Amino acid sequence: MAINTNEVTWVEPPQLGILDQLYLPAIAGGMATAFKHLLETVTGTGPEPTQQYPEEKPKLPPHYRGLHRLNRDEEGRVKCVACYMCSTACPAHCIDIVAAPSPWKDREKYPETFVIDELRCIYCGMCEQACPVDAIELTSIFDLTGLSREQMIFNKEKLLGVFDETVRKGTDPIRTHTGKLGPASEPAEGGLTESSSAQS
Amino acid sequence: MNITELVVVLVTIGIVFAGVMTFVGYGSLLERKISAWVQDRIGPNRVGFDLNQPILGLFKGFFGLGQPLADGVKFFLKEEFIPKNVDKVFYFLAPAVALSTAMIAFAVVPFGSTSVVPPLVDNRIDLAVSQPNPNYQHRVYPRTHGELDKIRAANPFRSEILDQARNQNPNIELPKVAGFDLGRSEVRFGIAPHLDIGVLFVFAVSSLAVYGVVLAGWSSNSKYSLFGALRASAQLISYEIPMGMSILVVVFMVGSLNLQAIVEFQARHTWFIVYQPLGCLLFLTAIFAECNRLPFDLPECEQELVGGYHTEYSSMKFACFMMGEYTHMVTTSFLLVAMFFGGWNIPFLVTQDFPGGALGWGAKLVVFCGKMVAVIAFFMLVRWSLLRFRFDQLMGLAWKGLMTLGILNTVGAVVILQTRPLGELSLWLLPAWSVIALLAVTGYSMTRPKAPNRFRTGIKRVDQRLPSHQELVGNRV
Repeated sequence: MAINTNEVTWVEPPQLGILDQLYLPAIAGGMATAFKHLLETVTGTGPEPTQQYPEEKPKLPPHYRGLHRLNRDEEGRVKCVACYMCSTACPAHCIDIVAAPSPWKDREKYPETFVIDELRCIYCGMCEQACPVDAIELTSIFDLTGLSREQMIFNKEKLLGVFDETVRKGTDPIRTHTGKLGPASEPAEGGLTESSSAQS
Repeated sequence: MNITELVVVLVTIGIVFAGVMTFVGYGSLLERKISAWVQDRIGPNRVGFDLNQPILGLFKGFFGLGQPLADGVKFFLKEEFIPKNVDKVFYFLAPAVALSTAMIAFAVVPFGSTSVVPPLVDNRIDLAVSQPNPNYQHRVYPRTHGELDKIRAANPFRSEILDQARNQNPNIELPKVAGFDLGRSEVRFGIAPHLDIGVLFVFAVSSLAVYGVVLAGWSSNSKYSLFGALRASAQLISYEIPMGMSILVVVFMVGSLNLQAIVEFQARHTWFIVYQPLGCLLFLTAIFAECNRLPFDLPECEQELVGGYHTEYSSMKFACFMMGEYTHMVTTSFLLVAMFFGGWNIPFLVTQDFPGGALGWGAKLVVFCGKMVAVIAFFMLVRWSLLRFRFDQLMGLAWKGLMTLGILNTVGAVVILQTRPLGELSLWLLPAWSVIALLAVTGYSMTRPKAPNRFRTGIKRVDQRLPSHQELVGNRV
């Protein structure tokens, strides 16, 4: 559709004075600005947005969505109850869980294997939101590298290792949930329920 | 030419080539650093000389001084991609032409004091400015061209001129380094510093550089390259003219095209920036265009032409263009310094006879090269201050602006120098005339009607009669 010419407003450029027409004062002004920035950077008085990256790590916000970790509970066991909620929620289908009957009395199942393909992951954080027991979380580790595709597939041990490392460094992410968690995170009353004991 | 002279010349060429190429490398680093600083960044600071060896850890980083070295290695190791449909002969010839013309132009540029040999100044012009300075009477000035020819015929190496000078005045001091008579052996800060057509030679050869650009653009068989080459040829040819005009008055006053003589003239009198501010401005603008630097980098503007004339070049052939361009910058910066900023001269600090001996030679070398680096830094600062011209603006500036100014400047200066209305003070009319000419041309340009706004006129025409859809397409369907 053509523009209605009645709606077009022409803005005339202002009439230039002799100094503007000379260009030279304007050029000098522009160069003064450029030179001011140059001096500021050289003397270190100006803004210094540059981070010397490998030596100087960026301070990321705690809710940054980076590499996953599998949390441990107080006894050091994997917190996950193998409910498959995260792998169901995952839009990239990068989480692969094999559940097995839990060897512990406070839950029915536990993940025998828990594999995340970090190359497929889109770091959306939906697994974190879906998890009823806060077992999976995204940390602020962003510089994930590997020499092969196999190295980028993280199994349970690796993911637990990420937990240990972040706890050691004190870079725990902000919890998705606060307060009391869902029923699956609570230990069953009176030990195992019937169904779980039947399974085991 | 005997064998010693030949060896001296070859060694000089080798040293100069190595020096210029080194500077070209570090010029590119300086360019990147200045770009970074102006934009509040840090710039390359990683590549040092540690070669990834922990034992050399001290040289790690090092302000990125290893960067040019790494860049050079990269250029050599990159894939040499030759597009299928290029004109092979010219495609290979173009980078060679671009680099070699730039290097040849550098041959006559002095970069230090080359003046044990008396300057070949015609004293008539000297008289036109002021009486000959008695302090310099011990230097031999050939009074006529006949005398000059005689001296030259007697000895092509000129060292005999020194002997003559010594005969005339036994007290003349000739600089010595470690007991080595520099005067006789003619240590040279320049490959052919005594060429009497110096400036003309530089202009002639450096305008040959456009052949490299045109050949590259044509042989690449790519429209971007061709556009770049077309623009480059039009631009370089246009800006040759104001460039030549801007130095005419300097040449008139010195009476020589010899760069060495021009520098010595300024050392004896005043820098030409004082007498010729307008000429300096014109020359500066013209060399920006000649070097394809922003704001005149239309031949290779990335946004419109990918890379301009060197779009299809890769690896070392591309590097040849880059080196040619930087060499061109170095040459023109030396020219600017030599012609308008006194060359090696700093009043009262570094003059003709002070400091003497080897110290003086070194000081002059440092001052000359330091001024050149300052000019190049100025080039790079301008790059981040000004916007690129549109092509018609570029042409308009050269043909309407700079050329008018050049003519006015030259004519006015010649009239002043010939009539000398204020006697000894007449020289100060020159800068005054510069300002007057600049303001006059600017003022006149303001009275000119503006170019019609073709977009606005288009709208008006549509306004008068807006064709209906039926009229436009109805009959054709």
